[in-house]
Amino acid sequence: MASNTNFEKYKSDGSLQGNLLEWFDARFPATSMWRGHLSEYYAPKNFNFWYFFGSLAMMVLVIQILTGIFLVMHYKPDASLNANGIPVAFASVEYIMRDVPWGWLIRYMHSTGASAFFIVVYLHMFRGMLYGSYRQPRELIWVFGTLLFLCLMAEAFMGYLLPWGQMSFWGAQVIVNLFSAIPLIGEPLSIWIRGDFVVGDATLNRFFSFHVIAVPLVLLGLVAAHILALHEVGSNNPDGVEIKKRKDVHGNPLDGIPFHPYYTVKDIVGVVVFLMVFSIIVFFAPEGGGYFLEYNNFLPADPLKTPPHIAPVWYFTPYYSLLRAMVWPLFGIDAKFWGVVAMGAGVVILAFLPWLDRSPVKSIRYRGPIFKTLLTLFVISFAILGFLGTKPPSYAFFGVIPGAPVAQVLSAFYFLYFLTMPWWSRIDKYKPEPDRVTM
Amino acid sequence: MSNESKVDCGRRRLVVATAAVGGVGALAALVPFLSSMLPSERAKAAGAPVEVDIGSLEPGQMITVEWRGKPVWIFNRNPSMLETLPKLNDSVADPKSEKNMQPAYCKNETRSIKPEILVAVGICTHLGCSPSTKFKKGADEGMDSNWLGGFLCPCHGSTFDFAGRVFKSKPAPDNLEVPPHMYLSDKRILIGEDKKGA
Repeated sequence: MASNTNFEKYKSDGSLQGNLLEWFDARFPATSMWRGHLSEYYAPKNFNFWYFFGSLAMMVLVIQILTGIFLVMHYKPDASLNANGIPVAFASVEYIMRDVPWGWLIRYMHSTGASAFFIVVYLHMFRGMLYGSYRQPRELIWVFGTLLFLCLMAEAFMGYLLPWGQMSFWGAQVIVNLFSAIPLIGEPLSIWIRGDFVVGDATLNRFFSFHVIAVPLVLLGLVAAHILALHEVGSNNPDGVEIKKRKDVHGNPLDGIPFHPYYTVKDIVGVVVFLMVFSIIVFFAPEGGGYFLEYNNFLPADPLKTPPHIAPVWYFTPYYSLLRAMVWPLFGIDAKFWGVVAMGAGVVILAFLPWLDRSPVKSIRYRGPIFKTLLTLFVISFAILGFLGTKPPSYAFFGVIPGAPVAQVLSAFYFLYFLTMPWWSRIDKYKPEPDRVTM
Repeated sequence: MSNESKVDCGRRRLVVATAAVGGVGALAALVPFLSSMLPSERAKAAGAPVEVDIGSLEPGQMITVEWRGKPVWIFNRNPSMLETLPKLNDSVADPKSEKNMQPAYCKNETRSIKPEILVAVGICTHLGCSPSTKFKKGADEGMDSNWLGGFLCPCHGSTFDFAGRVFKSKPAPDNLEVPPHMYLSDKRILIGEDKKGA
């Protein structure tokens, strides 16, 4: 903390407000937290467009928690059939949509919020890859971020079961069965997760509990850890140079500006633009063309009939493609186990990025052609994997190029990008970093 | 550090012992919570056998019944469907049903008690989706032109023949499960119990 007021804390100017604050500060670190994290937290002055997404992710989290609180007032996690033969959970979502005043808005904000969360988080992660934000000394921020991403996936997956539609049911069926692929303990483990031999009422109730209590608590804790770690080492910036190396006479970074008011105000612009786009989707295209809310989920869950085409929601599809790419048994263990391993490894490998990247510079601005080419290919292949994940396995581009082998090649590339990074990041050309940030 | 020489070994041992006992207590406290997530007694008690009348099941027709929350197919295969089975012995992963996916009395060419009637759990052995029927030969239903008929799992593309045998190089590792079942009479079938066979 740059503040030298740790000892004297806040001294009242004699006004009622001042006296009150002084009283508080003698008992609670109000002013010092405000200063340490906002008014005297020095962030690099050259933040650009990409730096909106961290604060936007926090805002979407708040939207999800608020809308979630109100949805729980009307939602019932109950798989039994009501008098009309419709599962109670499914009917309660329809009730929210049709009969609860403004219920449709709160529900669409929540369901669109889930997709918005992933859009914002994917862009936030990509920013880290562009500017080397995961590099020393920010490895832990990145590791906490990977854990946040995992938690977010768990949260979204369990939330998707709650409407108890066809996609809810069969999506959960597939993902829970993933665990049964683990040798020896797999079968009892998946029964333990479901609480029954099939996805049913027990599963719905526990997913509800995890979705509204357990995972959000972990998420909030990780967000706190993510930000505390960030504020401990300071933010990276588009140039990837440390602003703490050059300080003024007060010990503040020459290229830093206080987060508040400079970036709080800047982030308001981001929030306003985001909310405009978000509102357009919520009001005019809440189903997102079948990508945000899949059409099959407007049918109540039927344990006897899988819809002709099931795919996860778009934000899981790149990883779903990794899962489907594994079709060969290895070391005497079924292919499905290796599919699960590929899917899990695809997320976990992100956490190792800080140690895989051996480039002498952090930011793409000073990195060479190998990095720029490979990162571009990585983004394109990630997008194609995501696209293929929404399609049935028999899909062919233009009806001629079969999608399955393409997904296999791109899956291999996904892992090779990371695994060969220690080599290619070292031999790549790079430009000298500037001494101070550029605007 | 001067403190180090003053460490009271007796007290240190007590601290370690207290922490260890506390840790064991905390672990023991996990047991009821984690166990509460196992299937309840009610869930375990569910799953009584299901009796089905197949008197009106025409050749080539299939019905789905629910047993233990899962779809069970009862499929009356016609002669041309049965003819395809020997032809596919080289294309399926487990042609002789070596893996334990059926009761011993169904470990045969047709994987059934009566040659034409297949009883199988309609749950793909990959990740638990229910395969859809693709009974027409050829490419009519979106399959390959050399498709002889069978089932396609919509989730990950595993294919099965008319006996529920999985094709090679598909994500599903095993043939479809044949549940224990028995004939109560010529036209009545009991799924979930097999007093004579087992």
